[in-house]
Order: sequence, then C-alpha cells, then structure tokens
Amino acid sequence: MTVRSALSCEGLGKRYGSTWALRDCTLRIPAGSVTALVGPNGAGKTTLLQLAVGMSAPTAGEIEIFGWSPQREPQMVLPRIGFVAQDHPLYRGFTLADMLSFGRRLNARWDEKLARRRLDSLGLQLSQRVGKLSGGQQAQVALTLALAKRPELLLLDEPAAALDPLARREFLQALMEGVAEEGVTVVLSSHILADLERVCDHLVILSRARVALADSTEEIARSHRLLTGATRGVDEIAQLHSVVHANTTDRQTTVLVRANGHVYDSHWQVSNVDLEQIVLAYLALDPVRTPEQPVMSA
Amino acid sequence: MVQFHLDSTSGVPAYLQIVQQVRQAISLGVLRPGDQLPTIKEVVGSLAINPNTVVKAYRELDLAGILDARRGQGTFVSDDVEGSPDHDYAPLRAELVKWLSRARGAGLDDEAIRALVASTLRTELSVRAVA
Repeated sequence: MTVRSALSCEGLGKRYGSTWALRDCTLRIPAGSVTALVGPNGAGKTTLLQLAVGMSAPTAGEIEIFGWSPQREPQMVLPRIGFVAQDHPLYRGFTLADMLSFGRRLNARWDEKLARRRLDSLGLQLSQRVGKLSGGQQAQVALTLALAKRPELLLLDEPAAALDPLARREFLQALMEGVAEEGVTVVLSSHILADLERVCDHLVILSRARVALADSTEEIARSHRLLTGATRGVDEIAQLHSVVHANTTDRQTTVLVRANGHVYDSHWQVSNVDLEQIVLAYLALDPVRTPEQPVMSA
Repeated sequence: MVQFHLDSTSGVPAYLQIVQQVRQAISLGVLRPGDQLPTIKEVVGSLAINPNTVVKAYRELDLAGILDARRGQGTFVSDDVEGSPDHDYAPLRAELVKWLSRARGAGLDDEAIRALVASTLRTELSVRAVA
C-alpha cells in the first residue's frame, strides 16, 4: 500500500554563510499523519518548516509538498498549507473580527463558519482585541485562523512552547479535534516531549542539522530496546544491533539499541523503553548542545 | 456514555488501553449491546490524543466483532456481544472487601496484594488448562 506523501525531501540542505542549518535531509511524511519534529534549539526544525512553506530556498536537494515545490510552484502549495510560526504572530491591534476579515480576503478556501464556531467554543467575542488575549487564547486564535484556511497540511513551529500546562493541553485538544474533523496532516516542531507520545504517530528527530531518526512512533517503540547487564563491553551487541546510547557504571552497563530483529542474548535483560526515553537518548548524542540551550521544558 | 482515561506510565500503548477499557466496560455491564460509543472527535477532545489512536482501537474492536461501526451513525456495541448477565456483583465485592482487610491485617500492602492476585490468577489459569 502506498500512502501519499504530504511532505517529502531528498538530500535537502540549507546553508547560511558557512553554517549548514540543515543537511542531507531525506524523509517522507505520509498524508494523514501527525508528525513531531523534535530536537534541541538550532537542530534545524525551524529551517525545515521554512523550507516546507517556501519562505526560504534550499541550498541543496529538493523538498516537495504533495508533489509540488514550494519555491517553484507556490500557487499549488500555498493554498494547501497552513503555517503557525513560533510565538503565533497575530496583529495585536486587530479585533478578532478584523482577523477573520483579513483571513477571508486572503484565502480562497476560507471557511468563515468553522472560524466563528471555533472562536465561539473558546468563549471569545469578535469585538475582543488580539493584544488583550492570554497567551493560550492567542495560540488558539492562531490555530483557528490556520484551520479556517482549510489546509491539507498544517505546519506548526513550537506551537505550545510558551503555554502553561493547562493551556498546552487545551491547545492540543483543539488541534487533535481539528485533525479528527478535517483530516488535516500535521507537522509540529517541539522541544516539549511530555505530550508528544499521545499526540503524534510519526516522529522525526533532528540533531546537529541532520535527521537522526524518522519513523512511525509504533515502529520506533517496537524496534528500540533497553539492555541492562553486569558491566561488560558493548562490541558484541554493536555487531548485531545499532547502539544508540551506552552507559557503564562500575556494576552495570545499560545500552539502548535500535534492534535488528529480536535481541537474543542471555547476558542482557531486555526491556521496552518509552518514546520520551528514546528521544532523550538520541538528543544526548548531540555534542554541540550546551547547558544554556534548553532541550526540554516539560 | 463511557469515558476513557489513559495511564501514560503503564507502558501499554494508548490504543490498547482504549480496547481494554471497552472490553472491561462490556464485561462489567457498563456498556450493553446497542449502546453508542463516544465519537472519535469526542474521545480526541477529552484526552488530547491522536485521532488515529482511537480509529485503530475501534477498528480492532470492530474486527473482533465487539463493536459495530455504522456509516454516518456512529459506533455501537455489537448486538452479538454477550452482554454481562444482570449480575449483581455486590456479594462478590463484599467478600473481596473482607479478604482485603484480612490481607492488610497480614501485613500486605497494595503492591503485594496485586502481585498475589496476579500470581494466583496465573496459577489458576494453568491449573484449569491442565484439567
């Protein structure tokens, strides 16, 4: 069965001056999925999203949205995508009515009913000014505007990073309702791991401008195993499986592997690992990370 | 209407938790043949989870003949499902409460009680399998 790709890229790279912000990026995000883009700040998440919406041009390789190039065929791509940039920028002096009329004029597929229904269910009045809303409400308004555009692919850059846990939960509920109702494909970047496991079905881990792992969460959970045993070398294991992370104390060795089939080895106790632990292990591989760059703020 | 809840620390995949909760609700008589289940959107809205998770759970229960997805109407507990007989579990529960207080008296904590119940269930199952 071939599933249509919402986003696909091949050898995609973006260089700013002498620094590669994204490099050798090859991946495919299936239509209908909810994909999380995770990685520390500076790993290339925002760069990938900006390439996807055509806000910047690739230095190398290709990116396609539903088979079209965002740079060369924006007239095919732009009507199909919704983009909520970091800090959900809105016109602070606008009333909600102004925001809706703005959206209506700029978007051919604009769904006024959907927008009004969503704002109504949030308890917001059209006369309210954007600048007076709470952070959580502003995020909800930005999501409403993006969904009312009726996109086939919705891209969100750190949509919930600045929200308190309750507002984040409400935001994700609204987002998931949007997915259930409209069947929209979602790609969201995040450095908050806590909610991802229940929200996403695909995961792309970016580290040092490269893709460290990209797969369905099901396959990731299935293939990764944590091995614990008495202190010993990991060479034998590394011959059969890919070692993601190994940690040795004077008594015990703990190894996270991406298993190549089953792990049969009586020296190790084999256990399952949750997604958050797996992501953290991949991010821990990242040697450029410095303490002042928060990887997680959960 | 049933409400689902997710335990993110259990290590059990979310879709499987929903499957188990539907099965439990049926065996406890909370859900009966013909009852409607919450829509995908309702579950998604209350739990903030991926709709595909709910779709997967409902599909699995549909394939198992436990649920019946009727196009345009919703998802219902299948009429073929053996509903829980109109059992009154009160006497069993009362005995269990008594047993629990004896177990606590013997110094068992919750974890030890769960372990004892689980291991007894396992032994009983294997004894029944042999018999």
